[in-house]
Amino acid sequence: MVRILFDEQLTRLNNSLIEMGGLVEYSISETTEALITQDETRAKAVIVNEDTIDDKEKEIEAMCLKLMLSQQPVASDFRQISTVLKMLTDMERIGDQASDIAELCILLSKQDYIKKLEHIPKMAEETIRMVSESIDAFVRRDTKLAQEVIDRDDIVDSLFDEVKRELIALVHKSPTNGEQAFDLLQIAKYYERIGDHAVNIAEWVIFSITGKHKDTQLL
Amino acid sequence: MNCFDIENLDLFYRDFQALKDVNISIPTNEITAFIGPSGCGKSTLLKTMNRMNDLIEGCKIEGTVKLFEENIYENMDVSLLRKRVGMVFQKPNPFPMSIYDNIAFGPRTHGVKKRYDLDELVEQSLKKAAIWDEVKDRLKKPALGLSGGQQQRLCIARALAVNPEVLLLDEPTSALDPISTGKIEELLLTLKGKYSIIIVTHNMQQAARISDRTAFFLLGEMVEYGQTEQMFAMPHNKRTEDYITGRFG
Amino acid sequence: MTRKAKFTERLTRVAVWGSAAIAFAALFYIIGFILIKGIPHLKPSLFAFTYNSDNVSLFPALVSTVITALLALIVAVPLGVGAAIYLVEYAKRGHKAVNVIRIMAETLAGIPSIIYGLFGLLFFVTYLHWGYSTLAGSITLAIMILPLVLRQTEESLLAVPDIWREGAFGLGAGKLRTVFRVVLPAATPGILAGVLLAIGRIVGETAALIYTSGTVAQIPGNPMQSSRTLSVHMYALSSEGLHMNEGYATAVILLILVVLLNAASAAAAKRITRTQKGE
Repeated sequence: MVRILFDEQLTRLNNSLIEMGGLVEYSISETTEALITQDETRAKAVIVNEDTIDDKEKEIEAMCLKLMLSQQPVASDFRQISTVLKMLTDMERIGDQASDIAELCILLSKQDYIKKLEHIPKMAEETIRMVSESIDAFVRRDTKLAQEVIDRDDIVDSLFDEVKRELIALVHKSPTNGEQAFDLLQIAKYYERIGDHAVNIAEWVIFSITGKHKDTQLL
Repeated sequence: MNCFDIENLDLFYRDFQALKDVNISIPTNEITAFIGPSGCGKSTLLKTMNRMNDLIEGCKIEGTVKLFEENIYENMDVSLLRKRVGMVFQKPNPFPMSIYDNIAFGPRTHGVKKRYDLDELVEQSLKKAAIWDEVKDRLKKPALGLSGGQQQRLCIARALAVNPEVLLLDEPTSALDPISTGKIEELLLTLKGKYSIIIVTHNMQQAARISDRTAFFLLGEMVEYGQTEQMFAMPHNKRTEDYITGRFG
Repeated sequence: MTRKAKFTERLTRVAVWGSAAIAFAALFYIIGFILIKGIPHLKPSLFAFTYNSDNVSLFPALVSTVITALLALIVAVPLGVGAAIYLVEYAKRGHKAVNVIRIMAETLAGIPSIIYGLFGLLFFVTYLHWGYSTLAGSITLAIMILPLVLRQTEESLLAVPDIWREGAFGLGAGKLRTVFRVVLPAATPGILAGVLLAIGRIVGETAALIYTSGTVAQIPGNPMQSSRTLSVHMYALSSEGLHMNEGYATAVILLILVVLLNAASAAAAKRITRTQKGE
């Protein structure tokens, strides 16, 4: 009794999730490039990519539901599929936030920056890594990597605080900086949120392996 | 409190060892499911618990099987044991007699003779097995005229009529359609709390749906035993995982 | 379908129908022959209480038939059923002794009835000094039908599904209660069929009776008196050759008796099945 078809379906599910992960990572890195280079077309491409991510989310969601219905998974199969369902929501949200950043990029692309962007690209770098590693952790069933993602959130949080402090100082210096400072703060906040979503993903990854979610034994 | 405490149980059919060092304690008034592939020993263990194995030639038992602290293989009257530990079989097996006589068979065996007492027992048992409304107007009709699902509920009623403490069920729904299966499952859920129920099943979903605890057997060994939810969500043993996810073999 | 296949099928059909037609024709011929030859000679005087050379009444033979059959059954059925119960329910299944008994029973069932007759003559009539007597005839017949009843009962008991036995044991019933309350009632229609076959053999038997019961045409006042059954009566009439017509009339009565017995036993079996299975 070897479930060849079911195993194939699970592999396909995993592959689709990796693809979606790729799309999400693409959105964050492109939006970051658009931010640094003030490239409007790149930013627009990110907004278009959001729809692709949404479609992918629906596709994977349907796959999960059909598998639950037809295969009535238990044990690790059950945890894997339910984890994918939970991860999807966070991945889709990351896509949304990348596209929100892209919209602000378009707004800022015609202005000179009040300051050389320094910490925001660092935040971007960290969050991209977190997102990509959280998905890796799922694919490789690696709790250690997932835990690293969760721990790395502190770096992103402290970078956000840094950005906030700098922007406040700039506004103090000259109130005319206020408008752009506000937009930049929003961008930083979006990156910080992306980091939180990556943490959520990592937490569900740990659940799929151990049955524990944030230290509560769900199963 | 446990209804059954089984310690170091080895069971042989002549040279073949069907159970290997089984240790299991079964709590009272819960549903315990035995799962595992065919020939894993789960039905054999069930039959050990009311000594139905005595009927099989060349069957030898080592170790202890205790029913409420009493060793059932020492100084226990088999007839009395089977009164206390009722059994329902894979294929519905009402006797070729009336519905009434089927239910009254057990009580009559154990000395109930008065018509009034028997009437009362028959009605109560059929009610407990949730089949009274379907058969109350045809108690004198042959039980074999009932549908398969009704026959199986009748067999449960028949087992309940001698007021057992434990109910053993050996794949009780494997010969039934999904609706009849559903009714039996509902029935078992209403009976738990009053009876300790042990069910052997090939239907994993059934074990997951109705049992509180599950024991997994493989090649005569008890591989894993624990809370059903935990077993189906996070089995500890790789072999359990492989079996319940269908990747066994 | 190819033409060849079609041809084969048609041929098979013709062969099957042909066989059935021949079998039925033979049966109808015999029955018709007996009825046509016998019915005109059925007279009330044939049912006179006593037989004498002027009026070869069949009535004493009719009564003797019933008595002989009853006596034989009273002996053979309890023995046969009891032995079958032992073989099926008590003896270890597949045990050597069981197989030996089974083979012996089968062999006994195949022995020509004249052998039983000679045995009865030597043992009951001569050795036990019973003389030609209804009892000697009945016991001889009982021995003859014993294997039949035994085998038939055994088959019927084996046909009772084990799940019923398990069900009864599972409720705490012992062997005795299980056998007599569950297994035996379930096997009764089959056992009845065996009894019917046995009655058929008794009613039709002559060879085993002539040397044991004798051939006196009387209603036996006690089992130690000689008597003749309808078949023996017919045999006697036809071998004397003086009363052939009465012989045919007797055949009609025998035929009716057999039909009645069959109908009664079928009705009984059906009734039992209905109360057990609701079919």
